[in-house]
Amino acid sequence: MSADYKTVIGQHTYRFSGLRDVMAKASPRRSGDELAGVAARSAEERVAAQMVLADTPLKAFLNDPLIPYEDDEVTRLIIDGHDKSAFSPVSSMTVGDFRNWLLSEAADASVLKRLSRGLMPEMAAAVSKIMRLQDLVLVGSRMRVETAFRNTIGLPGRLSTRLQPNHPTDNPAGIAASILDGLLYGSGDAVIGINPATDNTGNVVTLIKMLDEIIQRYNIPTQSCVLTHVTTSIEAIERGAPVDLVFQSIAGTQAANEGFGISLSLLKEGFEAAQSLKRGSVGQDAMYFETGQGSALSANGHHDVDQQTLEARAYAVAREFSPLLVNTVVGFIGPEYLFDGKQIIRAGLEDHFCGKLLGVPMGCDVCYTNHAEADQDDMDVLLTLLGTAGCNFIMGIPGSDDIMLNYQTTSFHDAQYARQLLGLAPAPEFDQWLQDMAISDAGHRLLVGEKLPAPFQHALEQS
Amino acid sequence: MKQIASDATEQVSVIDNPWASLRQYTDARIGLGRAGSSQPTRPHLAFQLAHAQARDAVHLALDTEKMTQELAEFGDVIHVSSQATDRATYLCRPDLGRRLDAESTERLEQWAASGAPPCLSLVVADGLSARAIHENVRAFLNIFVPMARDEGWSLGPIVLAEQARVALGDPVGELLGAEVEVMLIGERPGLSSPDSLGIYFTYHPHSGCRDSERNCISNVRRAGQGYEEAARLLHYLIREAKALGASGVALKDNSDTSSELGNGRDGNFLLS
Repeated sequence: MSADYKTVIGQHTYRFSGLRDVMAKASPRRSGDELAGVAARSAEERVAAQMVLADTPLKAFLNDPLIPYEDDEVTRLIIDGHDKSAFSPVSSMTVGDFRNWLLSEAADASVLKRLSRGLMPEMAAAVSKIMRLQDLVLVGSRMRVETAFRNTIGLPGRLSTRLQPNHPTDNPAGIAASILDGLLYGSGDAVIGINPATDNTGNVVTLIKMLDEIIQRYNIPTQSCVLTHVTTSIEAIERGAPVDLVFQSIAGTQAANEGFGISLSLLKEGFEAAQSLKRGSVGQDAMYFETGQGSALSANGHHDVDQQTLEARAYAVAREFSPLLVNTVVGFIGPEYLFDGKQIIRAGLEDHFCGKLLGVPMGCDVCYTNHAEADQDDMDVLLTLLGTAGCNFIMGIPGSDDIMLNYQTTSFHDAQYARQLLGLAPAPEFDQWLQDMAISDAGHRLLVGEKLPAPFQHALEQS
Repeated sequence: MKQIASDATEQVSVIDNPWASLRQYTDARIGLGRAGSSQPTRPHLAFQLAHAQARDAVHLALDTEKMTQELAEFGDVIHVSSQATDRATYLCRPDLGRRLDAESTERLEQWAASGAPPCLSLVVADGLSARAIHENVRAFLNIFVPMARDEGWSLGPIVLAEQARVALGDPVGELLGAEVEVMLIGERPGLSSPDSLGIYFTYHPHSGCRDSERNCISNVRRAGQGYEEAARLLHYLIREAKALGASGVALKDNSDTSSELGNGRDGNFLLS
């Protein structure tokens, strides 16, 4: 199935070798595609590719998979799971028509929700490539993906946070100190989630129990997670650990997932193990996935497909397992994939848009490393735009400094900024707890000053 | 005009956090207080300073003159460069940072033609923090090199590498015919650790080694993993690798002292 992908600009005819080439060259500039050798070679070639892409029918992605069906189980998942009747409202559109339609009033929240199973991730990625940031924000803000475990995440007017109390040696007092700091700043409704210092199963089980006891002791309507490999979580469940959420990093190709030591069948095992515990109260969405542009190239499993399209394919993997949280760790990977603040900001908004369009409960780790050309100002821009785009959740860490993973993400203060500026509240069940504890008031303003809420005052006195 | 003292006075409009004492348990930036709900000026600027230092560490050039002098104490010094010609290229093209340029290859070939293959080849590389090299390498080698000599491990030249990634050590070790390649390289700077040295070693180094064939000792610096401890660990691991004839995941790393978790309750004031 080959179409002729070309366009004439002035005296120059731009030819593209196929849909995969058009997609890569139409991608807004980023270092990872240049590293892979798939990017446009000039600014004009990029726009030429975007024009060709805009004229390409959405159906082309069904007929001409970017990664062959026979070679890749993620492609098989996408093609076999494609819902033709859900696709029908847009099935005759080109990518350019699709952008116009998404921006029109016809595409309201309920229409977009019904559409999601009819879309392939490649279609979402394609349209995002010809959208400006304002398009990504506007359409993003219309889409809601709500999930629930011990609270409800993704409701309109809400912004949740993962409290990330990492410590380089998993020191219990050190972790507890960051948890207390976060809770008293209103953080932790998405999850209290630790990146452990070691993947040793015994340690992971101890951490899971510790978080469970803290959540129970203080009656916090939230869930815990220790971000370890899915096989370790399965083993922890077998050992009787009180696992709320099963975590895994995922990518958009079979080869990249093999690099993570996973397959779709292993994810299904993790999903079933998590479901077997039924530990949620208001819902049972029990998976937590992390993704990020560039991970497939980094694992040498990219098939010459651009990194943004591969990222969207990871959401097709995620949505099979009704996750509570999907988090694009956008700036963690480094400047060889996303060079600077401009590239990180755009990638974060693309990921949020594509994830939501595909029906995934999208959050974002608004972050950067010290070798990227980015700083706090760039993160403020991305955070503010994601807040306006209706992002489900962000990270929360003391003073933006992850002392274990050596990168910078959003602080507890940053989340307060976004909530205050944009009139956003935490998840309703958690919000009620914050008010009951007098951590914040009904207007979501912080109350804690000299004196702590009694249970935390008591804890502090024991320290 | 009334002078406003700095640290002693309360910060105007700042609501302090009475749990700042918990900083004894963690380097995390907890208990910062708030101005409204935002970060007060002092912790805000403290963060900006830490980020500035980390950024400067990434872009600081390796002081080859100073390092050549320091390293001469331990043997012949050979300069090499990767195919990444400048910092911007280095940051975007990890593939080029793993390959030697033509002149460097020639220099190493010349040395190899004249000398016997060493047991250990040492590479000192800027990586992502030249500062880590300037501040830690000499102190570390002062302890490690005598240990290696006592074992009778012959040392090749000290290879000083610019714009280098970890895997640049593979072709270096291969060209010199070394049994074990040891690379001292500046790690990705953290906000509170702009000077962190990583030590990687590879048994039977060759181009195309997988990362799973190496072992690593990280966070070696004054305020982190000490030089003495790191040198002893490296010495132990190399001895094990030589006995096993392999490094990497095949080598049982008993050095995992990374957890202080215990039962998760002791010391955890939230559960007391």
